Amino acid sequence: MHELAVAQALIEQVGDVIRQHRAQRATRIRVRIGPLAGVVPELLGNAFPLAATGSRMEHAVLDLVAAPITVRCETCDAETEATMNRLVCAACGDWHTRIISGDELLLESVELETTPSLTSGL
Amino acid sequence: MCDTCGCNLTPGNRHLAFKPVAPGSTAVSVLKNLLAKNDDQATHNREHFDRRGILALNLMSSPGSGKTALLEATLAALKDEFTCAVIEGDLETENDALRIRALGVQAHQIVTGTACHLDAHLVHDALHRMNLDGVDILFIENVGNLVCPASFDLGQHLNVTLLSVTEGDDKPAKYPVMFRAADAMLLTKTDLLAVLDDFDPDKAEAHLRNLANPAPVMRLSARRALGMDAWLAWLRNELAAQRARVKHGQTRRPAIQPDGAQLHRATA
Repeated sequence: MHELAVAQALIEQVGDVIRQHRAQRATRIRVRIGPLAGVVPELLGNAFPLAATGSRMEHAVLDLVAAPITVRCETCDAETEATMNRLVCAACGDWHTRIISGDELLLESVELETTPSLTSGL
Repeated sequence: MCDTCGCNLTPGNRHLAFKPVAPGSTAVSVLKNLLAKNDDQATHNREHFDRRGILALNLMSSPGSGKTALLEATLAALKDEFTCAVIEGDLETENDALRIRALGVQAHQIVTGTACHLDAHLVHDALHRMNLDGVDILFIENVGNLVCPASFDLGQHLNVTLLSVTEGDDKPAKYPVMFRAADAMLLTKTDLLAVLDDFDPDKAEAHLRNLANPAPVMRLSARRALGMDAWLAWLRNELAAQRARVKHGQTRRPAIQPDGAQLHRATA
């Protein structure tokens, strides 16, 4: 649904990285998505090529890394894995927990081509 | 911290930045929230509100759960006490803004076209078309949608999520991203509970707690004026809290920030 808006934000950020490093193009883009970010990786993967058409990341491989959901219990301090709709502590069952991982939507890294390639036609 | 590319290297993620790549190419670690641009705008919006001492609320729910009816009843109840203003978000029509203006309250309608959510830029544009002088509380009625609006910070201080009793009491379990973001959950249309035997308010609350969310749950019917006092008291309380924050140069972000990743430890 809103994944196209997210893809456009991604392209803007990668574009900034390409410019800052005076690179030719991005070849690989790594994004870390937690299930609680509200973004469906498959839909973002579909939206990306549409949004990237004609840009310097048009042919980049988009790596979508799934982040696990981890919570820290405020009662017993245990750090456990949790599921989307059950963010309670797996150790003591208390619901007073804090998300450690699982809600991130992060541009992790970008691989850039810094020298013109022979096939680039530049 | 690298100042030129906004990257954010820590011992926990350094390995991501310097992994070997093919000659003629380089890998750059960025570690930036994808919605950073929206979040920057949202922070700016919040500064607008804080400068004027305004409490901004983002109302979210599925379509038809009674957001506009709740606003009508709330604005009528508070009309002698506070100056309120409303931003309405819908795919089409000015209908909701007209309903609010009929009460003599300033309302700006954002027509999103096909967009399924409001974002911080749309709200910013709306703010510049409104007169915020003397406004105490700004209600932002988001597009009726339990999915997308949860991911976009608008600059509000608090998220209010509505769940009408004509929906399933397991909605918090089905839409965890949305309900996890709630600073208050309102169970609306409770006058209908008498004829609906399949909605259990206690179950709805238990599903919310399973999301590790301590938000207050208020049961009300805007149309039948049931349970409105607790909601109005909550609003007064939150406005007082906002004024106290402003006095101390502080602000408050809604329960869940999409860039919560920054709070995560480096190894996360």
